[in-house]
Amino acid sequence: MNNTLNKKTPAELVKNFVSDNKVILMFVVLSIVCILISGANVSYVAGEVFSRFGRNTCLVLALIIPCMAGLGMNFGIVVGAIAAQISIFWIVHWGFVGVPGFLLCVAMSTPLALLFGWLTGMLFNKTKGSEMVAGLVLGFFAAGLYRLFTLYIMGGVIPYDDPNLLDRGFGLRNAFDLTGNLKYSVDDITFLTTASVLGVVYLLYTLVVYLHGKKFGEGVDTKKFVMQLIAGAVVVVFGIVGKMIPFVATKLGKNRVILADAVMLLAVGLLVYAVVLFIKNRPAKGTPAFNKVLKFAVLAVILFVTNMIPGVNKVYRSVRLPAMTFAVIAFFAAFNDWLVNTRLGQNMRTVGQNRSVATSAGIDVDKTRIIATCISTVLAAWGQLIFLQNLGTFNTVQQQDNVGLYSVAAILVGGANVQKATNKQAVIGVILFHTLFVVAPLAATELVGDSAISEYIRMFFSYGVIAVSLAMHASKKGGKKAKAA
Amino acid sequence: MENKYVLKMEGITKEYFGNKVLKGVDLKVRPGEIHALMGENGAGKSTLMNILFGMPVIHSTGGFGGTIEFNGEPVNIENPHKAMQLGIGMVHQEFMLIPGFTVAENVKLGREISKATIASSVFGKSLERLDKPAMAEDTRVALNTIGLGVEDYAMVAGMPVGYMQFVEIAREIDKTGIKLMIFDEPTAVLTESEADRLLDTMRVIASKGIAIIFITHRINEVIEVTDSMTVLRDGTFVDRLETKDTTAARIAELMIGRQVEKLVDDMEEDNRKISDEDIMLELKNFYVDMPGEKVKGIDLKLRRGEILGIGGLAGQGKVGIPNGILGLYPASGEIHFDGESIDPTKLGDALHKGIAFVSEDRRGVGLLLKESIEQNITFTATQIQGKFLKHFGPFTQVDYKATKKHAQDMIKALDIRCTGPEQYSGRLSGGNQQKVCLARAITMDPKLLIVSEPTRGIDIGAKKLVLELLAKMNREQGMTIIMVSSELNELRSLCDRIAIVSDGKLTGIFAPDASDAEYGLAMSGVTEGGNA
Repeated sequence: MNNTLNKKTPAELVKNFVSDNKVILMFVVLSIVCILISGANVSYVAGEVFSRFGRNTCLVLALIIPCMAGLGMNFGIVVGAIAAQISIFWIVHWGFVGVPGFLLCVAMSTPLALLFGWLTGMLFNKTKGSEMVAGLVLGFFAAGLYRLFTLYIMGGVIPYDDPNLLDRGFGLRNAFDLTGNLKYSVDDITFLTTASVLGVVYLLYTLVVYLHGKKFGEGVDTKKFVMQLIAGAVVVVFGIVGKMIPFVATKLGKNRVILADAVMLLAVGLLVYAVVLFIKNRPAKGTPAFNKVLKFAVLAVILFVTNMIPGVNKVYRSVRLPAMTFAVIAFFAAFNDWLVNTRLGQNMRTVGQNRSVATSAGIDVDKTRIIATCISTVLAAWGQLIFLQNLGTFNTVQQQDNVGLYSVAAILVGGANVQKATNKQAVIGVILFHTLFVVAPLAATELVGDSAISEYIRMFFSYGVIAVSLAMHASKKGGKKAKAA
Repeated sequence: MENKYVLKMEGITKEYFGNKVLKGVDLKVRPGEIHALMGENGAGKSTLMNILFGMPVIHSTGGFGGTIEFNGEPVNIENPHKAMQLGIGMVHQEFMLIPGFTVAENVKLGREISKATIASSVFGKSLERLDKPAMAEDTRVALNTIGLGVEDYAMVAGMPVGYMQFVEIAREIDKTGIKLMIFDEPTAVLTESEADRLLDTMRVIASKGIAIIFITHRINEVIEVTDSMTVLRDGTFVDRLETKDTTAARIAELMIGRQVEKLVDDMEEDNRKISDEDIMLELKNFYVDMPGEKVKGIDLKLRRGEILGIGGLAGQGKVGIPNGILGLYPASGEIHFDGESIDPTKLGDALHKGIAFVSEDRRGVGLLLKESIEQNITFTATQIQGKFLKHFGPFTQVDYKATKKHAQDMIKALDIRCTGPEQYSGRLSGGNQQKVCLARAITMDPKLLIVSEPTRGIDIGAKKLVLELLAKMNREQGMTIIMVSSELNELRSLCDRIAIVSDGKLTGIFAPDASDAEYGLAMSGVTEGGNA
């Protein structure tokens, strides 16, 4: 209400920044220390982190919606992962491969995950206040049932004649190989194909919005619609024509994009966006719109310059990115954002903040919580599919076990807490957590001189991360309370 | 038109588990009128409003009797949603706001304006996109109506309490077709100037033809702002008055007006020597930060050998006083006790120096429910004073024989109805539990006994026994007693003097036979002073 109260000196700003981001800062410092101790090759670390980023981020993004609805960290995403794995057994068994195989896995895992999510949601409604513990135990319980399913029911009860079956006639082999069927089915989609696909999706979307708007008489902007059609068509055409231009085809037509090229592309994209914004709005100097244009331009230049530095460029050149996987991650994040701005999202936020207020405002609390859990479980199932197609082979009986643990640890490292988690925190968290995940065992090996220690380090590290960030969050909250009193 | 009622509740009765809390109450409110609903704690105001608002607690306990007419038509309000549809709004005592939301989001809570999207045409209305500019627009209109100068995008968290109250009101006003608003003790949490603003706002709302039911204990506010009032007492309808035809004293009398029956009758012998010179406990500038029962600066003297009552309405701070002395909640100020000073910040200091406390929270703080009666009677004395212990060099063991003996004596002396000293205290009835609590306090041989709400939640017969016991201890053993109670009648039947606390401050000390009006006014914080 009083603006003069909010003005702070630079020292206070720095202090606030540090105290608001102390969890992230702690892990940044820890990462740097570990990298220095381990003496690891930066190219190697960057490559590992980016590949883990593509693999894990979708799973982590599945945690955001239940957190918003006040369910805390949903350790129950393990059941989503189980839904994904069950669907893989059948789709692979039926002989589907590549992109169609992957899409069929999505189609089959979704109803399964919805069912599991619904059951999980009902459990959470019975255990209000201790959803995290309930989710954790549910994960163990579901994993037990799943073991029974994979080791006995597959082949033992349900006929399943497959080379993955054990010789005794029932039970699956310990490792389930995806090579030649689902491995890299999404990762291998080229940038140009991705662009075409996204372009077509965008065209369809604008068309439906236009027709929908016309049908319900909400008033349609025909000029905007034409511009959107042109923009979509340009992307589609670029995707198709690009394959015929040798330069573009070698850069973007392969199954991975070199990070250096991606950085350049991003820089050019930002620059074009900044110019378009400038021409479209012609903002006066000093206005927020002008600053926005300036920000994008400066960012583009920074990206461009870093790519010119030989050392950095060498790192950039060593990292290869899967285009479609990153597009899926962007879709997950966009979905979370979109949901917040719907009536349902608002209800979830209300329920998350105060259930009795929500009830008195006429919101069906239990139903809202079940929907949030279902969405999370479905996203987790899809996330696990992305994870497994990248991994290429998985441990049939216990692949899902650490899904909840690692995902929760990652988002907490990103500064999230059990009450609030955002896309940004998920992305930062995945990067930081997996950097540490890669370098901490290396550093430990360097210090102790024993490479076998790395697995223990990881386990200790994941649980430790959760404990530490929960404690730090609690101390942050406690501090605020003390101030208020 | 003038006399047509917007709301007419007639012959309302309600039972909770065989306990009649409303016995045929009428409530009539005209459009555009501010109508006060008055009564002591437990008079049935909240139950009546819960019935009007269709709260689940009413229907899950067997519904109610009587009829409700709204806008001239008989209605059946089975849930809050139905009440809202009819145009009944409620400004709650505890805020129904989400701190992490903006003002606009709170005002539009559950009634968000949204636009259709593709997803919503497939999956239903819940996936419509929020129309935030329209929500902000509506919020501004509501805020302007009540003259609240905050931005629609400001966060509710961190706002002063008074502002939150107004945000709640803005939410009710924003609801289309609102005809009746219920204000449930809205001024209880406000500062004086905020309360004045609120009363002004109520006049503005009423001038738009919206009827208001105003629940409050503050008689001066009722005189100032209302057109008419209904007074309840013990679940019965006392009277419906036009404000201009009455006075503050008359209202106070109607609220309290009850026969004081001497609960303790055999008081023929009174050999006590009580003198104003012999002060046992003195509080100076005493503050306690107990949530919901704040004490805001009290000076009080307790004479040796007397029974001092502390009365007042719930939430005004009377319960905070003993809890502060015992150090159970953060407290500040001076406590002088029998030549010593007590440090309220040190838990157990008061216990060590000879003050025993029987808490109002019998089942929570007062008893170890899953322990035996003998354990409950002796554990404080064992812990604080080292009684009932056998010593083996540096080690100690509880002397179970002595414990049992003492418990049996106490059971006999206080007539605790139980199967034996080993019975779990959680299995006892309320009255017998209270006796166990008293037995524990007596076991410590305290110089001063403080009992807080000793008769809460126990039946009439047991009440009488507990009160008689207190009188007996005072008369026969000369124990000084402070008794804190919401039941003025009890205090008047037993105490030598009664201090009334309102809004955390002392508003007067009265003799037990002072008039109802005096007590009523002191309880609603109108007068200062007293005569005892």
